[in-house]
Amino acid sequence: MNASRRGLVVSRPSAPLSVAIICLLCSCLAAFALNFPPLSGRIVDQANIIPSDARAAIEQKLVDLENKSGIQLVVATVTSLEGQEIEPYANQLFRTWKLGEKAKNNGVLLLVAPNEHRVRIEVGYGLEGTLTDALSKVIIANAMAPRFKAGNYGDGMSRGVDDIITVLTTDASDWQQRPSLRIDSQPNQDPVNWLLIAGAIVFIVLFGTWPGFRWLVLNVLINVLVNSGGSRGGFSGGGFSSSGGFSGGGGSSGGGGASGSW
Amino acid sequence: MTSSRASLRTAAIVIFLSLTLSGCGYNTIPTDEEQAKAKWADVQNNYQRRADLIPNLVATVQGYAKQEKDVLTAVVEARAKATQVRIDVSELTDPEKLKQFQDAQNQLSGALGRLLAVSENYPDLKSNQNFLALQSQLEGTENRIAVARRDYIEAVRVYNTDLRTLPTALWAMTVFRTNKPMAEFTADENAQKPPQVKF
Repeated sequence: MNASRRGLVVSRPSAPLSVAIICLLCSCLAAFALNFPPLSGRIVDQANIIPSDARAAIEQKLVDLENKSGIQLVVATVTSLEGQEIEPYANQLFRTWKLGEKAKNNGVLLLVAPNEHRVRIEVGYGLEGTLTDALSKVIIANAMAPRFKAGNYGDGMSRGVDDIITVLTTDASDWQQRPSLRIDSQPNQDPVNWLLIAGAIVFIVLFGTWPGFRWLVLNVLINVLVNSGGSRGGFSGGGFSSSGGFSGGGGSSGGGGASGSW
Repeated sequence: MTSSRASLRTAAIVIFLSLTLSGCGYNTIPTDEEQAKAKWADVQNNYQRRADLIPNLVATVQGYAKQEKDVLTAVVEARAKATQVRIDVSELTDPEKLKQFQDAQNQLSGALGRLLAVSENYPDLKSNQNFLALQSQLEGTENRIAVARRDYIEAVRVYNTDLRTLPTALWAMTVFRTNKPMAEFTADENAQKPPQVKF
């Protein structure tokens, strides 16, 4: 994905122009080989197999799970795996959507490809110890595959989600609340604010009294602008807002979980 | 007063230079090199994870299929060989070393594949809970290996491109003259395919 940035050949007429071109190329992130559906919500039903009543019930469970433990569980169905195996497809979809918080990688993707008769639970790095490969396999084999085989997608899906949530919440995750909801995170905010204020005062004094500093700040700003285009796609979506759009939080996965077929 | 002014100016110049250098991609080569090394560590860890599963798997199969001695011995031997070949991150530039590592792991993959194929013949073993759990763990580990390999290949590609393309190639020619391109996995993907674990 960084090929465009690195592949730039020199012999450009002027330095500012080439800098501008580099910035432009950097900002064009990732041309993905696969056509992934957009992350439009907690349930992305591209294959259109989940009945609306089951959909509403599942969605509520997913919201509750995230509010309680911060874990981002997303259910997706796709019309086609585009010739890929489900394992690499799920992994790349997970990384594209960046499910889970960036620092915790606490996302789970339940992917169903009805046309290929394949299902996969892709587990983020941070949850591999809880939702293990063996447990994922058991959930697929017992709760989902038999119901999918009977054509009962809504039921299979909600049973699968129930089991995943049970596994994820029966141990530590009950007290592992989101940081914003924890009481002990409140007192920590004061010293940080004081530091910021002190830093700002020093900055203003230096900026006002010392021309060299002003010049330095200008350079820093230019550098930041030049570099900002080059940051590697890993920005956090910060998408835990309860209102409006839904997005991933910057998490990643490395092939944990299990797949099955029916 | 003037001397303190001068030292401040020196400090400012140093900061300015370092920022300008980072703006010109001076940091890119070391950053991407570390990135590739970290990805290699992932690859190696996942292979180690597979090796760690094997004694348990062998013990379980042995309980049901003692007569498959050849296959079991082959797995144990291939595992011993594969765990011996470890690559330090400083040796990643040596394609020969990487090939050795790969060959040893491929041999283990082959032996494992045969073991799993043979275990199909033992219904009792196939329905053993421990075996089923081990099988799904093995399957997951093979998948993690595939992901880690893909990430490593991508990181090496980025790093090697840094060394050959501008503007970073200027730094590679001057400051980082000792940096060599890292070796990629060479074998074709088919030889590398993990044994298929079917239920």
